Amino acid sequence: MSKVLSPKEEFDAKPWAGKLRKYDILKEGTIALVVVALLVTSLAFIFGSPDEKSLTFKGWAISNSDNFYATTVQELAGTSGTATYGRPYNTNGDGLNVGPLFLQKWAGVTQRINAANDFVIEPLMNQVQSPEVKAALSQWSTATETQRTKWATTYDDAITKVEGKLSAVPNGDYGPVPALANGLTEMAKAGALDAALLSQGGFFQTDSTKQILFFGDGAYLDDAGTAANLQGGTWGMMNETGRYPGQAWLWLYSFWYQIPPFTNEDSHPIGANADVYIMVIMGLMSLGLIAMPLIPGIRSLPMRIPIHRGIWRSYYQSEGIKRRKR
Amino acid sequence: MSQKMWTARARESWQKNLPIEKLIPDTQPSYVASWIYVFGVLTIAALSMIVLSGLILAFAGPAWYHTSSFGHWVNSLHFWSVQLFFAFMVIHLWGKFWMAAWRGNRFKTWVSGAVVFVLSIATAFTGYLIQTNFDSQWIAFEAKDGFNSAGIGAFFNVTNLGQMLLLHVAFLPAVLGLLTLIHVLMVRKRGVVPPIDADSSNTEAAK
Ligand code: HEM
Repeated sequence: MSKVLSPKEEFDAKPWAGKLRKYDILKEGTIALVVVALLVTSLAFIFGSPDEKSLTFKGWAISNSDNFYATTVQELAGTSGTATYGRPYNTNGDGLNVGPLFLQKWAGVTQRINAANDFVIEPLMNQVQSPEVKAALSQWSTATETQRTKWATTYDDAITKVEGKLSAVPNGDYGPVPALANGLTEMAKAGALDAALLSQGGFFQTDSTKQILFFGDGAYLDDAGTAANLQGGTWGMMNETGRYPGQAWLWLYSFWYQIPPFTNEDSHPIGANADVYIMVIMGLMSLGLIAMPLIPGIRSLPMRIPIHRGIWRSYYQSEGIKRRKR
Repeated sequence: MSQKMWTARARESWQKNLPIEKLIPDTQPSYVASWIYVFGVLTIAALSMIVLSGLILAFAGPAWYHTSSFGHWVNSLHFWSVQLFFAFMVIHLWGKFWMAAWRGNRFKTWVSGAVVFVLSIATAFTGYLIQTNFDSQWIAFEAKDGFNSAGIGAFFNVTNLGQMLLLHVAFLPAVLGLLTLIHVLMVRKRGVVPPIDADSSNTEAAK
């Protein structure tokens, strides 16, 4: 890097040799801290902060028990969002890609989830169950994989056909699936599923991945998000529950989700892979911000648009600087 | 001999680059007279309030503020400090942009600031994930797709409360604090950038 500095660059780099003014840096720092502390304290007193209680499986199963039941069937059938997700949870989908870059696939399975087992069978097994559920569990565990899938998908299809209206589902060969789904729904209604998923058969537990994923597979969380104006397609990423400011600094990230082709899931390749395209765009823009002083055009904007004359107004006046010097 | 010692070399280089007079000066160039200069300091002040309120929250545990009204108030302090922090930082950023404050060998100062900005967004985001309330359930479920799609989710699992909690209270603030310190020390070392239209004719007159 043997570039010749312009006289102005050299001047800017050298210690300032011009007029000075008194400046008490510690006093300024202290005043700033006191002012901000007072400001924050008042804001906290006047407005408080949002804290909407977390939702529970119990709440879901009680308020929308058909949806909880149908979601459970989907977990058993392998048709739920989680069961078909792909990496990092399983290999049941390819995930998203940017052209030839299958970043999601390449990152591999790091938090393995078997939706049927982890969400339904294990929690049921970890509880004292009624004879019916016990029988259903043993029927399920002794059946072949093909048989299980057949029962569950047939039932799942039947439920889908009547648009989730359980009472309208015709009789059929669904094996133990209805008993299992019923068992889990009862368990959730009693509040036992929250605890069973949380402990996951262990004592200590700090990983909430399974709860969150199962929870999002149904309509309950989604409906609550819509009601609270939090949906990403309507700037929800920047919103907060209640009447509070949210993560306003995500405006640019959020922006892409409001415009085509990102809004259209059916448009290939970009809309269908919107998440990863937006991730890449934001990554590149962040690099752009970091390297801004190197970008031709943008880096000379502050010299062209004389906002600096306002910033340094008193200096420019006292020095009698009228026009930009070259 | 002493020139070859790490310790002696480090001390001498510090003294040469950042003597105490530069570190805590009592004078500034005459052009340092604008309200825009206040926003860097205000950002530090807001960051201090974030750390302070965050420490109280950390001491009492992540779910304390749901049940204690004092805890909720401390949570409010944390919340508003963050809102102010970002507001101050963004004004500071725009100010430095319109001043082209990367001039005169200050590129690294800009870079460190911009990295701090991006890192602050990540840090705040992990904070939203560890609220242990409805908001954090929602954000975790929604945000996982973006991270997973880029392969980041495989290592940075937003639905894992334990991982997010530790990152938010340990790793991220430590890095953020360190980078902020470096950022401010770089400013002190190089001095505040001269105005865009100032040149040696302005300093000659002062002599
Ligand atoms: C935690 C966040 C930050 C803190 C606490 C902080 C603090 C400061 C302080 C105290 C100063 C010196 C006083 C002043 O000019 O305001 C400064 C200068 C500067 N900051 Fe930041 N800053 C932060 C973020 C940023 C960001 C996001 C950018 C831009 C991308 C940035 C770019 C600069 C530059 C270029 C200077 C040098 C100005 C000069 O030499 O005149 N800073 N910062």
